[in-house]
Parts: sequence; structure tokens; C-alpha cells
Amino acid sequence: MAHVYDLPPTVTVLLIGTATTLAVSIIGNAIGLILAIIICVMRLSLNRAARVAGAVYVSFFRGVPLLVQLLIVYYFLPTIGLDLPPFFAAVIGLGLCTAAYQAENLRGGFLIIPRGQAEAARAFGYTRRQTLQRILVPQALRAAAPALINEMILILKASSLVSVVGVADLTRESQNIVARDLQPIKWYLIAALIYLVINLALARLGVTVEKRLNVGYGAVAV
Amino acid sequence: MTFDYSLLIKYAPQLLEGFELTLLSWLGGSVIAVVLGFALGCGLAAGNRALVVPIRGYVEFFRGTPLLVQLFVAYYGGPNIGITLDALTVGVVGLGLYGAAYFAEIFRAGFASIPPGQIDAARSFGIPQWERIRHIIMPQMLVLVVPPAVTLLIILLKDTAVLSIVTVPELTFQVTGMTVETFAFVEPFAILAATYWAMTELVSWFGSRAEVRLGAYLR
Repeated sequence: MAHVYDLPPTVTVLLIGTATTLAVSIIGNAIGLILAIIICVMRLSLNRAARVAGAVYVSFFRGVPLLVQLLIVYYFLPTIGLDLPPFFAAVIGLGLCTAAYQAENLRGGFLIIPRGQAEAARAFGYTRRQTLQRILVPQALRAAAPALINEMILILKASSLVSVVGVADLTRESQNIVARDLQPIKWYLIAALIYLVINLALARLGVTVEKRLNVGYGAVAV
Repeated sequence: MTFDYSLLIKYAPQLLEGFELTLLSWLGGSVIAVVLGFALGCGLAAGNRALVVPIRGYVEFFRGTPLLVQLFVAYYGGPNIGITLDALTVGVVGLGLYGAAYFAEIFRAGFASIPPGQIDAARSFGIPQWERIRHIIMPQMLVLVVPPAVTLLIILLKDTAVLSIVTVPELTFQVTGMTVETFAFVEPFAILAATYWAMTELVSWFGSRAEVRLGAYLR
């Protein structure tokens, strides 16, 4: 019976690296989405200070390279006494960065809803909460879905940079293999192909999700 | 936490050299990306299968894999197939090839936005080709192409930081070196983040001005 431990060690190492890449991307995306909701609420808030803080956050995290952000998080955590494994610095760095993009995507979703809809809902006696829950959020999410999904896919590629802060992801593991058997073209191309396959699969999945979200709304499926 | 300015003054020559290389690799990479991307976009728009299939493959590969891994293939793999290039060349060309894949899509969409009937009409009015391009195709295409192109140029600017990993001595490389030598963390990274932030804000400001000017004919 074929077992994962019977595979050549290089293949096992690449598979573990791929799993790490997926884990970093998924957790980074999850942190990013939660932060994005908070930042989006700040940017749409009536409070001027909250709006400004949200705008500065978005401008900074979209304006500075991800690699620089990862290095800052990686060096900064120990200075405040948090001596965590590199994995944590990586997912926090990815999360902080992608949150800025996702907040803008979400905000875009809310901005396309005509103002009259919220007013009409209030006139019909919907509470603030009901207006948000039943009228605004479902439409905003549907409108923002393509951009949200696209950014989630981009994080997979961006996650290759976590190899620099010592996370044993797909990129780092292929570097390790190359260091031993000195065949850079072969192993880096294999790593590239793995990224490509996951990317294409995620893009396909994204299209399916978008179609599902649009069912019954007369919107043209992509 | 104190901010030690003298550290920055001491390292000013290295930081300036790094900044110059960041600018140089951004400009060089962007020129390659725009020119090659335009050519690839024309190929995609032409619709000839023999052209479209290989260009699609190119675009999918360069957009579907991380820039870092592409640079590793070229920088560490190149010598194995007889292409030994210095880090800066690999970085600039690598950035260019990567950006070209995105520009190809942008230009393709730009061409696709112009209804063929307009070109036919212009031709039947006897408007010469260069005037068709200058007065009919370009103004409409640029309005559509410039916003995503500016976004992409900003992405390429930020991606120059990745070149530090293949030892291009640009700004991020100099700053990480400085951190290792001095154990200082706040000063080098503050100046690094501030520089990128200022540059991307500047580019995006110029970009929105260009959009307003190019879109003026629509109002």
C-alpha cells in the first residue's frame, strides 16, 4: 500500500511545504477578513476620527511592500515581549496587509447600494439592525464578492514572501531541496507549477461561488 | 523609544544608493513590462490562434506563480543553462516579464473596448491609419487603460522590494543589512516604510491627475 512515508523524501518535504503555504494563506485571509470588516465600518462611520484612522490604515498598508510589513512584524513582535514562532508573524503580517485591500473591496460593495434603499427600509419600520442584516449586507457582499475572492487568491502567491521570515512554506522547502541537490531549475519550476495549479483551481472555485451568489438575482454570471 | 537620527546620517550613502537602485529597477522593469505587455496585448487582440495560445500560456504562468519563485528560477537556475546574469539584471528583467503579463491583459481589454464599427466608419470616411489611431483609438483606450496601469505600476514599485531577496542591493536590501550591523530596528524600518509610502502616494496622485485629464473629453 502506498503511504506518504514511502514517497521520496523530497516529495514529502514539498507536500508539507505546500500544506504550510495553504495554512498560512487561509489563516492570513481569515485574520484579514475580520480586520477588514472593522476597518470598513470605520471608513463608513459618521465619526470623523474613525474615518480618518481607517483611511490612514488603508493608505499605509497598501502603500508599503508586503515584504517590508512582514519584516517589521517579524522584528517588532519580540520587542514587545512576544517571542512567537515565525508562523505567527507571517499570518499577522499577511492579515494586516490584505485587510487594507479587503476593507476597500467591502466598502465598494456598500457604496454601490442606492441611498434610497436604506431610507425606504427605515420608512417601512425596519430597525437599523434589520436594515443592515436584510437589505444592505447581502447586496454589498454580492457586489464585493468577485473582488474579495480575487484578493484571497492573490494572498496565496503573496505568501511565498513568508519564506523570508523563516516559515517553511513551499518556497522555503524548495530552497532547502535545491541547497542539497543543486538542481534549481527543476525544483523551482515544480514549486511554480504547484502554485499555478492551486491558483487555477482557486480561480475556478471562485467563479462557482460567484455564480452561486448570483442565483435568483438576475445578475449576469461571470 | 528614542529615535536615533545620527544612525540614519551615518548610513545615508548606503540608503541613497539603495533608493537609486529601487528607482532604477522600478523604471527599468516598468518600461520592459509596458513595451512587452503592449506587444502581447496586441497579439491577444489580434485573435490569431497561433498567437493567442502561447501568449495565454505566458500570461497564465507569470500571473499564476509568485514573482519570488520566478526570480529564483532565473537567478539560481540561469547559470545551469548557461545564462549567468548579475542580480540587478535578473531583477529588472524578471520584474519586467512579470509585469508584462498583467499589462498584456490591460491592453487587450483596452483594444476590445473600441467597437469595430468605429474603425470601419473612420476608414470609409478616408481617415488615414495614423489619424485613426491618434484620434479615435488612443483617446478611448487610454481612459480605460490608465487607471489599472497606474495600479500596476504601484504594485511593481512595491514588488521591487522582493528583488532584495535575490541580493539586488536596493533600499530594502540596504535596510536589512543596516539592521543586521547595528541591531537598530526602529530607525531603518521607519525610513524604509516612509519612503515606500511616500513614493506610492506620489505615483497614485499623479495617476489620478492623469485620469482626470485623459477623461476630460468625456464631459
